[in-house]
Amino acid sequence: MRAPEPASAEPIIVMEHVEKWYGTFKALYDINLAVLKGERIVLCGPSGSGKSTLIRCINHLETYEKGEIRVDGVLLGNRTVAIDAVRREVGMVFQQFNLFPHMTILQNCTLAPMRSLGLKKAAAEDRARRLLDRVKVLEQAEKYPAQLSGGQQQRVAIARALCMQPKVMLFDEPTSALDPEMVKEVLDTMIGLAEDGMTMICVTHEMGFARQVADRVIFMAGGAIVEEAPPQEFFTAPSHERTKKFLGEILP
Amino acid sequence: MGQAEFHFLLVGLKWTVILSAAGFAFGGVAGLFVALARTSGFPALERTMAAYIAFFQGTPLLMQLFVVYYGLALIGIRLEAWVSVSIGLTLHASAYLGEIWRGSIEAVPSGQREAAEALSLRYVARMKDVILPQALRISLPATIGFLVQLIKGTSLAAIVGFTELTRAGNIISNQIFEPLTVFGVVGVLYFVICCPLSIIGAQMEKKFAASGR
Amino acid sequence: MDYKLDFSPVIAGMPSLLLGCLGTLTLAICGMALGMLIGVGGVFLRDSSFKPFRWLVIGFVEIIRNTPFLVQIFFIYFALPFAGIRLNPTPTAIVALGVNGGAYAIEIIRGGINSIARGQTEAGLALGLHKAEVFRFIILKPALRAIFPSLTSQFILLTLSTSIASAISAYELTSVSQRIESESFRSFEVYFTDTFFYLIISWMIMRLFALISARLLSYPVK
Repeated sequence: MRAPEPASAEPIIVMEHVEKWYGTFKALYDINLAVLKGERIVLCGPSGSGKSTLIRCINHLETYEKGEIRVDGVLLGNRTVAIDAVRREVGMVFQQFNLFPHMTILQNCTLAPMRSLGLKKAAAEDRARRLLDRVKVLEQAEKYPAQLSGGQQQRVAIARALCMQPKVMLFDEPTSALDPEMVKEVLDTMIGLAEDGMTMICVTHEMGFARQVADRVIFMAGGAIVEEAPPQEFFTAPSHERTKKFLGEILP
Repeated sequence: MGQAEFHFLLVGLKWTVILSAAGFAFGGVAGLFVALARTSGFPALERTMAAYIAFFQGTPLLMQLFVVYYGLALIGIRLEAWVSVSIGLTLHASAYLGEIWRGSIEAVPSGQREAAEALSLRYVARMKDVILPQALRISLPATIGFLVQLIKGTSLAAIVGFTELTRAGNIISNQIFEPLTVFGVVGVLYFVICCPLSIIGAQMEKKFAASGR
Repeated sequence: MDYKLDFSPVIAGMPSLLLGCLGTLTLAICGMALGMLIGVGGVFLRDSSFKPFRWLVIGFVEIIRNTPFLVQIFFIYFALPFAGIRLNPTPTAIVALGVNGGAYAIEIIRGGINSIARGQTEAGLALGLHKAEVFRFIILKPALRAIFPSLTSQFILLTLSTSIASAISAYELTSVSQRIESESFRSFEVYFTDTFFYLIISWMIMRLFALISARLLSYPVK
């Protein structure tokens, strides 16, 4: 096991007093969170606890009613300009991959760099091939998503997000929709990314992954952050009852 | 437009309903046989039925009504216009309903047929008790959708010269020279019949879509 | 049965029948194009946040879908002059076909767009694409692919209903045939021949759609 590299003291994401309602249902309660550059955070908690909602607020896929979110110094309000700027800096990987079925793997990876970053086709393709090679699916570049396995598709989704050269990567249960035998290849890719110093926030139930790479594990329940601690402490000496109960349910 | 004119339209409406009911009822019976033949497993029969369906789905209803109307007269069968139109609508409906129901029969999971066969049910029992009830349920939204299409289709009897609702409208319109009022009222009368059916069909589709998953 | 079939008036009238076929094709294709325009515009209004537009579109769609095309074509034929628009029967028929086809197209296109999983839009937005870019590059093609079968059958129905335009004497196969029939009294022969022309025309339209689908809209799916 490797020693975690120290994260820099500069926060890249700051959430202050963020609250969100769906109608009368309160989905997020007073969320305060600062993520440092290079920090790797695992978010866990029972389903419906608001962890996906929280990370989806960071790139404004969800709106929120109260509080502030800053990404790399940019205040994320409702201004389109700010939202665009943030989305270019923040990559996201989804549970259902969400590859575009009508484009080849290569086109999936070049679309956004060409459209939002204004890269030329050749430069975008170069970059895409390099990153597809890194996630070990380069030989599939000319195929369509439906022709790939779930694990390959998810690795392409990671490469597609990386093609925007984001400063932060968000993972929303990236292995939950995968067949068991494909979970490892995706986790290995994520571990590689962590080792290269990427700032990551991962919603996942893969506690082995949390132990291995996380700087901090955050436990959410009922829309609030209940507990946060380094993995060592989180798994051996959780302080809250709900955390203990949750760990009792998911750990073997 | 006075009361007498409106009454004339209502008489036309009565004939529209009769034509629709006749076409749907007889077309339904014939359509069931078309669907069964189309899924019978006998290649020659299936291909014949496929051609029958393709013919009626590839030609205008108006042509079908013309050909039946003049064709029957040609071979010496003199029928009242509404009977002739009903025959045309029946043939038309049998092809469309046959195709809708073929799709529904094929949409019943094949395990159902296999289970019925494993229970040694013969063709009639297998179809009547196992496959068709499920197929009927699947087909209901499309069947109701076609009924609406058929009701609207009866308006073409007007071009053949039979006085149902649309032709009644035409006649009144020529008498009182208020085409917009008259065809507006005619449209409302069709709408009053068709819209409830459309709503029922749409609701069923929603319900099935929700429960089907 | 002492009646003898006599196709000679049909053969003599063949040139005008073929021109009638062209008229039918013209009506059908112009009607479809107008229908698509109305369909796309209607979807835009239908899903706009301005409530009155939504109700207007919903009302329009329901009125068209629940009344006969023949009544619609009469209504439009008489209504256009009232609105100060004077059109010949053939353009009037195209307007009626477009309005009718457009109402169905609105529902079909909406269904197609809604059938595209929400995650596709989210993935596009998360990559920093704008809403219009997401629609253009991510939603459009899969949505078109999803609606193509129902769009094809709807436009075949539109093609067949061009024959109803004969009621206002638009230039197409059925009205040409009616002229030949009224001169020769060979009704059955004329209309029987027409059915084959219509079969060929609807087959051509179907092939055209299949070709478009294969050329522009195919990609592997699970």
